Amino acid sequence: MRQMSRRNFLRALGAGGAATALAACGTLPDGRKGKDQVVVIGGGSGGATAAKYLKRFEPGLRVVLIEPNARYHTCYGSNWYLGGLTRMENLEQTYGALRDKHGVEIIHDTVTAIDRDAHTVHLAGGERLSYRKLVLSPGIDFRYDAVEGYSRDVAEEIPHAWKAGPQTVTLRRQLEAMPDGGVFVMVAPGNPFRCPPGPYERAGMVAHYFKQHKPRAKIIILDNKEAFSKQGLFMDGWKQLYGDMIEWVPSSQGGQVERMDPATRTVYSDGGLTRFRADVLNFIPPQMAGSIAREAGLTGATGWCPVNQLTFQSEMDPDIYVIGDACIAGEMPKSGHSANTQGKTAAAAIVRAMADQDMLALSTVNTCYSLVGPEYGISIAAVYRFTDGTITGVPGSGGVSPADAGPNFRRQEARYAQGWYDSITADIWG
Amino acid sequence: MKQTVLRHTGRALAIFLVGMGLTQTATAEISRGALMATTCYACHGTDGHSAGSIPSIYGYPPEIMISQMKAFRDGTRPATVMDRHATGYTDEEIKLIAEYLSTLR
Repeated sequence: MRQMSRRNFLRALGAGGAATALAACGTLPDGRKGKDQVVVIGGGSGGATAAKYLKRFEPGLRVVLIEPNARYHTCYGSNWYLGGLTRMENLEQTYGALRDKHGVEIIHDTVTAIDRDAHTVHLAGGERLSYRKLVLSPGIDFRYDAVEGYSRDVAEEIPHAWKAGPQTVTLRRQLEAMPDGGVFVMVAPGNPFRCPPGPYERAGMVAHYFKQHKPRAKIIILDNKEAFSKQGLFMDGWKQLYGDMIEWVPSSQGGQVERMDPATRTVYSDGGLTRFRADVLNFIPPQMAGSIAREAGLTGATGWCPVNQLTFQSEMDPDIYVIGDACIAGEMPKSGHSANTQGKTAAAAIVRAMADQDMLALSTVNTCYSLVGPEYGISIAAVYRFTDGTITGVPGSGGVSPADAGPNFRRQEARYAQGWYDSITADIWG
Repeated sequence: MKQTVLRHTGRALAIFLVGMGLTQTATAEISRGALMATTCYACHGTDGHSAGSIPSIYGYPPEIMISQMKAFRDGTRPATVMDRHATGYTDEEIKLIAEYLSTLR
C-alpha cells in the first residue's frame, strides 16, 4: 500500500484548507519526505530549467535532478564549433550553480527504470528515489534501424553529431582530415526532429570552414523532406557567402536515403538508382523520445510522448511531466529554447497543482538563431498559446527574419545569437 | 490569502506544526505576470539580467516598458526580433509583464 502523502496526512488530521499554505513547508522528519519531492530526470535544457524554476517558484520543495554526466555540452552552438568559431569548452555546462545557488540536489547517475505504480525511480547505482511528481526530460534517441547498412556501431565512424560531445569532435576531425576538393555529404532527417534549422546551420558553418581551408570542397545535403526551416533565408545566405558550394537535394530529387555502405561512405536513394559517395558522411538519423520514456510506457505510436499541452502532464500518467524534445507540444519545434520555456511551464504547473491551484494560461515562446556565417545571423520566433487542446502560434506574430534585410541587420542577429546563447545557458544552468 | 487560510485553521494546528518541527516559508502564488515574464528570460536573462549582448529588461518603469512593447508591436520602433514577439501579446498581457518586470532589481 502506498504511504500517505503529506497533504492527505494533514487532511486526515482535519487540516484541510491548510494544505495550500503547507506546500511550502520543509520535509517531515520521519522518512516520508520522498513522497513530497519532485524528481527531475535529465539535466539538459528542459530538465535543468525545470529543476531551477521549481526551486525558484517554491523554495521549500525538495528537488532532485538526475543526470548521468557531470559535464553537459549543448547541442546549440555545436555547429559553431564545427565552423571553427568556438571551442567545445565554451559549450560545456555544469551543475554547481543549480546545487549551490538554487538548492537542487544533483545525482550523477543513470535511471534504469521508472516504477509508475510505486512512484519510484531506480538508478544504476542501486538507489531508489520516491517522487510525488516526476519531470522527464530525456531528449532524443536515434532510430538506428532507419536505413539498411546503418547501426549504432556504424555511428562511431559515420557520426551524427546530433548530441553534442565526442560525436561533434569526431565530425570536426574528419572535416579537418578531408582533402581539398572532397565532398561532405550530410543526410538530414524528416520531420519531426531535434533542432529543425540545425542541419542547414551546420552546412553554412562547414562551408565557412571549407572556404578558408579547402575552397574546392563541396557540400551536399540529402534531405528526407521537401522543405526546411528558414529555407529562403538559408539558401539566400549560402549563395551570398559561399557561391554554389552547398547543394541541397530534396527527397523527391534523390535526397531520400534508403541504404548506406559505411565502408565506402556511399548512400543510395531512388531504389538504388541514385548514389552519392562522400569523403565525410554525416548521417543524422530519424529520432524518437529518449529510451527511458519508451520503457516507462509514456510514448505513443509516433515514438514521442503525448502530453496535456497546458501542463505537460503525460497523457499516460498525470504525475509525470514530459518536456523538451521527447514531448509532443503542438506547433512548438524541438529546440533548446522550447525545452527551456516548457521547463518553466511544467515547474509552474507542478507547484500550482501541489497547492491545489489550477494552471495559469499557457504562455510559451521560441526563438531560434542560426548563423549562416560568423557575421550573418538569421532567426525564427514564435509566441504560443493553448487553444482547443493544443499549443498554437498567436496569429499575426512570430516568423522569420526579413528576406530583404541588409548586412547590418544580419550582423546584429549574429551578435544576438551569441547573446541568446549566453543568456539562455545562464537561465538554465546559472 | 494564505495567511487567512492559516488563521482559520486555528491554534491547534499551529501548535501541532511547531511540535513537528515544521517551518512555514511564505511563498507567493505564481502570478500570470511572473510566469509570462519567464518567457523573456531565455534571451534577456533570468529576472531580466542579461548575461550577454541582448539588453537587460529589469526594473524599468512599467509605462516605459509598455510604450516600448507597443512601439515594437505597431512597428514604430525598429527591431530585429522584438516586433515578432510583441505582436504575440495583448495590451493586458503587455501590462502584466511590464508591471512584473518593473518589480525586479
